[in-house]
Amino acid sequence: MKKWQCVVCGWIYDEELGAPEEGLAPGTRWEDVPEDYICPDCGVGKEDFEMIEI
Amino acid sequence: MNQPAPIVVIGTGLAGYHLVKELRKLAPEQNIVMITADDGCSYSKPMLSTGFGKNKSADELAMATAADMAAQLNIVVRTNTQVTNIVPTEHKLYIGEEELEYSKLVLALGANVLTPQVEGDAQDRVFSINDLQDYARFREVADDNKRVIIMGAGLIGCEYANDMRAGGYEVDVVAPCDHLLPTLLPPVAADALQNGLESIGVRFHLQAVITKLTHENNGIKAELSNGNVVEADLAVSAIGLRPRLALATKAGLATGLGIKVNRQLETSESDIYAIGDCAEVEGHVLLFVLPLMASARALAKTLAGQPTEVSYGVMPVTVKTPVVPVVVSPPAPDSEGNWTAEVSEQDVQAEFRNQSGQLLGYALTGAKVVNKLTLNKELPAILP
Repeated sequence: MKKWQCVVCGWIYDEELGAPEEGLAPGTRWEDVPEDYICPDCGVGKEDFEMIEI
Repeated sequence: MNQPAPIVVIGTGLAGYHLVKELRKLAPEQNIVMITADDGCSYSKPMLSTGFGKNKSADELAMATAADMAAQLNIVVRTNTQVTNIVPTEHKLYIGEEELEYSKLVLALGANVLTPQVEGDAQDRVFSINDLQDYARFREVADDNKRVIIMGAGLIGCEYANDMRAGGYEVDVVAPCDHLLPTLLPPVAADALQNGLESIGVRFHLQAVITKLTHENNGIKAELSNGNVVEADLAVSAIGLRPRLALATKAGLATGLGIKVNRQLETSESDIYAIGDCAEVEGHVLLFVLPLMASARALAKTLAGQPTEVSYGVMPVTVKTPVVPVVVSPPAPDSEGNWTAEVSEQDVQAEFRNQSGQLLGYALTGAKVVNKLTLNKELPAILP
């Protein structure tokens, strides 16, 4: 499981936790997150996330 | 052999740095120079309005110094440097007496804050927070002063009201509009936000402006146009932003509300481009992050030799007011249609549709913000 971070605001998507309030079940892999997904904090798109190591 | 002149980018805000990050991916060898009037720290401007709630210092919001960015992107960053003129016919810009040749020039100048016209001797207690250095200065005085008046109830005013309240401040908002976020929200959604902010203790003085601001009892006293008086320690001005035009105007570039550019983000002069808050893209001046990111990707390609037009898809604006989250995609100005709304306390779903039922805009608050993805699919693109 990986983590992805919004390059604009730093919000982190953790595949393990998913984002239930955004309709993404725990364990949803980034590649399976819809292309029109937007950052819940600042509203930028999926393409503005980068994979991070934590 | 002479080296070809570099691509020069003026401005190291989100627009400038994101453009160069994208460009570097496409053009590993390209010679790039960035010039900035400030210290060139890389930071995310939207985060300036959540810093109090998260108790972040300016240093903590800075993600990288200019030197870090220069090393990471293999570029030259010239800090605390003011470009004084551009001569498009010679492909040269001037820093005082010094001249610098460019192959292509990008203006990523950002926007200025509007300054309120207020009488009285307490102008020194009025702050505006438009960049990280402003934020640092404001944090310093705000540490010991816990009562604040926010002037303006737009995006920044509302975000600051929520953020400073969350950071333990007493907050009074004074604004001439009759509802919050007047250019973005229909009244029904604005009311939900206002109720939410009032529920955490923010006080609103709408349809009023400060007419006089004076020092009083170690603090300030604001006299309002509606006759009320508000006492506080500090005032934050958040009455609006305007694209920075001075340099472009001096260089003879076409300007409107912003620096006019075509879909390739090229100004009226060839090899000069504009991006971000300073740019007016076919009539659109959008001072938000999403259009800037789309522009950075398109312009990077153009600068790397693949001319690319920017397209703006659906561009919802997220208002960072955690007490009542707001996402809005306002209908284009002069759109014909009507708002309808479903309201359940702080949860509002307002939709703007034309006569044939096409969705042209929406405003969501509270729990309804999750419906943004579904509604985005129905919306037309801003610049297809």
